[in-house]
Parts: sequence; C-alpha cells; structure tokens
Amino acid sequence: MANVFSRAPIGLRSAVNEGAITRVSLILTAVVFLALFLIMPLVLVFVEAFRQGVGAYLDALKEPDALSAMRLTVTVAVIAVPLNVLFGLAASWAIAKFQFRGKNLLISLIDLPFSVSPVISGLVWVLLFGSHAALSPWLQAHDIQILFALPGLVLATMFVTFPFVARELIPLMQEQGTTDEEAALSLGASGLQTFWHVTLPNVRWALVYGVLLCTARAIGEFGAVSVVSGHIRGKTNTMPLHVEILYNEYSFVGAFAVASVLALLALVTLGIKSILEWRYGNQLASGHRH
Amino acid sequence: MIPGFGISLGFTIVYLGLIVLIPLAGLVLRSAGLGWSELYRIATDLRTVNAIWLSVWTAFIAAIINVPFGVLVAWVMVRYRFPGRRLLDAAVDLPFALPTAVAGIALTALYAPNGWVGAYLEEWGIKAAYTPLGIVIALTFIGLPFVVRTVQPLMEDIDKEVEEAAATLGAGRFQTVRRVILPSILPAVITGFALAFARAIGEYGSVVFIAGNIPYVSEIAPLLIIIRLEEYNYAGATTVATLMLMISFALLISINWIQAMTRRRYGNG
Repeated sequence: MANVFSRAPIGLRSAVNEGAITRVSLILTAVVFLALFLIMPLVLVFVEAFRQGVGAYLDALKEPDALSAMRLTVTVAVIAVPLNVLFGLAASWAIAKFQFRGKNLLISLIDLPFSVSPVISGLVWVLLFGSHAALSPWLQAHDIQILFALPGLVLATMFVTFPFVARELIPLMQEQGTTDEEAALSLGASGLQTFWHVTLPNVRWALVYGVLLCTARAIGEFGAVSVVSGHIRGKTNTMPLHVEILYNEYSFVGAFAVASVLALLALVTLGIKSILEWRYGNQLASGHRH
Repeated sequence: MIPGFGISLGFTIVYLGLIVLIPLAGLVLRSAGLGWSELYRIATDLRTVNAIWLSVWTAFIAAIINVPFGVLVAWVMVRYRFPGRRLLDAAVDLPFALPTAVAGIALTALYAPNGWVGAYLEEWGIKAAYTPLGIVIALTFIGLPFVVRTVQPLMEDIDKEVEEAAATLGAGRFQTVRRVILPSILPAVITGFALAFARAIGEYGSVVFIAGNIPYVSEIAPLLIIIRLEEYNYAGATTVATLMLMISFALLISINWIQAMTRRRYGNG
C-alpha cells in the first residue's frame, strides 16, 4: 500500500490524496465487502459440492440425468451462439460501415432483450407456439414440436443472448471507420476478401470477447429456458434447470456438484475476459479498456 | 464503395424481427386483445399489485445499496494499488458470469438460518432467507457490477490536474472530493443505479430460491408470470408481463435521457 504515488509536488500531496488511514480503511472496506458478498457464495458452492467427499461429487456428476443436462446445455449453446455471431457480424457491418436513417433506433432495438425480464423472454415463445396459439394447429399437423423441446430452448436462449456479440462489435467498428476497407477495395480486393482479411482481423479480439460473454450467458440462462423447457428430466433440462430440480428435491450434493461445474465455467470466463481486457484492451470496444 | 449494405442490413432486420420484435409484438398484441376492462381487472388484482410492488421496491433498495458500495469499489480499484487488486477487480464481474440459478442456491444456503451468514443474523433476530430481505440481498449481488462498471471508466478519466487546481485554490481533500470529483461522476452513478434497478426488477433465477415465494408477501412479479402460466392463465401471465415491460421501457428511456443530457452538458458520455 506504500506504492501509491502521486504526480503532485510534495507540498500538495496531502491535498490530492487521502491520508494513509483513510486509504487503508477504504481499501479494507471494499475488500471485506467484496469478499463477503461475491467470493463467499462462490466458495460455498464448492464446499457444499464436496461435503460428502470426492466420490459422492463425481457420482453426482456421472448421474445420467446430469450428463444429459450437460449435453443439452452444450447443444443449445452450439446452435444459439453461432447464429448470434452471424447476426452480430451482419449488424455491425451494416451499422458501422454505412450511413442510413433509423440507425440509432436499430441500435436501441438490438439492445432491447437486455431490458426484458428473462421470464418474459421465455413467455413470448409460449404465446407464439403454445397450445392456444394461432400457429398451434399448423405445427401439430406438421408434427413440429417447439415448446418443451430443443427448438424452444434454443429460441429462448437466442433471445436472451441476442445483443452480446453485436454490442461488442458495433462501437469498435464505428470507431475504426472505413478507411482500411476502402484501401483494400481500391487495391482490387473483393468485398468478401476485404471482410475476411481486413475487417475480421481488425475486430477479432472484440469478437472473441463477445462470443465469450454470449456463450457464458447461453450456458447459464435460467429464467427464459425455465418457461419453455417443460422440465422433463433427462430430456429438456439444461444444467441450470437440473440444479433447480435437484435443489428442490433436497439433493444438495447433486445440486451443488452441477452448480460447481457452472461456477467453474464462470471462473474460466472471467479469467479469459480479464486476459482479453489486459492484453488486447486497445482492440476492444472502449468501455472495456483498462 | 463498400459492398454488402443490402444483404447485411436485410439479414439484421429479418433476424431482429424474427427473434426479438415479432415475439415481443405478440405479447403486446395478446394483452391488447384482452380489452381494457379485463386488463384493468388483472392489473389491479391484489396479488398482481403486490408482486409488482415487491419486485420494484426490493430492486430499488438493492440499487440504492449498490450506489455507495459500487462507488467505493470503483474508487479503490481506480485510485489505489494493493496486492490482489486485479483479482478483485475481475471478481466484480462474477454476478455477470455466474449463472443466476447457481447464485440463487449459493446465497440461499449462505443466508438460511443454518447458513454461514444466516446463523449469525439469526442470533440478532434477523431472518434473511425466505423474506423480502433475502430478495434485497440477491438483487444487491446481481446489481453491483452495473454501478462499478459504469462509474469506473469515468473515474479513470478524471484529470488529476483538476484536483490539484482545487487543492492549490485552498480546497481541503474532502471539499475536493465533494465539489470536484463527485459532480463529475454523478451522471455515471445515476446511470449505474438505473441499470442495476432495471435489471433487478426482472431478475428471477437468483431470487426465486431465497425469496420464500409466499403470495402477497414474498412473491416476485416474474414468479407470478410463471405461476399464471402453470395455471394456464395466459391472460394473467400476459398482463403481468406487459406491466413489467412498461416499467422496463420507462426506465430504459430515462437512462437514455440521462445519458443524452450528460453528453450535452459535459461533451462526453
């Protein structure tokens, strides 16, 4: 704590910095608050998961319903994330490289899912495809199952994770402008070549950042998928939903074991996110630069 | 001329329409189809009113709590150097990264009467889990990064020379903080507060385990939507959802307004 330097001349130092006691007590308050409030719940997940030993922990993870929940979560993410990446690339290309009317409205609409409750993000699909909906007879006639099945889970996840990639790319690409692309095009590159060899490398770390956040949210989403899943064990339960079921059955070791896998993924996400911000901060949207 | 405008904008609008706008419009149309008297009847139903009021006031208190703590954490991260700072700075985003269901069961186990923290509170006669206090705790957890991450970049941008000028002109440190630093971060604080508040109103996963879920007492609005759906009461679910959407959009508009005002006054966001 001694290495808090000031650029001010000696005489002013006390006036532009807090005294040592204030400084230490502010740091301690913040550290204690974060430890109690953020770190302790995380530690508890692992303590509870291993409460009955490593054997019980591994057994809980090897249970068929837990395995099928993991498979389903991965499947949903593998479908939803690439589609949102495709959207993010298209949206940022259109918004950053061209001028058109209604652009600000479009940007606001892309952020819309962030201000909608997860439960409502699931409800909208129930209203569209539920048994009382206008589409329902047609779906039944064609034997298409959307709710309480994979498509519903994917749609709900896509809605919730919709803005993540786009909102990382749009501000960065707007900042970068069009000069690089114009240079490549004037040298004879095709549109696709320009995109592939000029634009994409320019935004690659922001893209990785967006994909990371999008994937983390897709894996962890609870409220929206809870509404459309139908909670069929071993079939339509994603990992977070499986955690809920085990917890409500008082199978705490099982619930916290599956939760610990999710917590581990969250830690990995935070690790990669921090590395991206520290190493490639200048190549991310300006909000993430440290 | 850069190519690909038509196809990229076309794809953007079609995808936005299919995944976001049409489903949301379906919700609004469905509730409009109920008719005013039916909408009014469900919206003023005591259980609906209680659930929405609970979601709003617990979210508000949680966001208020996050203002001083969020500003403190941001200040400590920006201004001081101490061992473990980077680790803690990364940990601030934990509520973003940790699945809400995991946060929910962890907080419940922590604040339950036999939990690590709950046992302490019990000695003081405070019940946290399964009461509205538990809801406030979960929503504070969820909202913290919104305040920290909104305030932090602005704090980093504060020009130390302005503080030096204040000090040269005879201001004490407390005066400088109050008169120079706080006003310049105030718009970010308000935005962070509003973002945390908006997020907390719709929050479900981290709250539903710790809330207790007693109708009229500790039943949050998103849970009431799910209960109405399970009863096949679509009119009920749709009305609660529409009311919540209206609250969210009002908040969204005020956030944009605050940011626009700030830009006009200070020349930056």
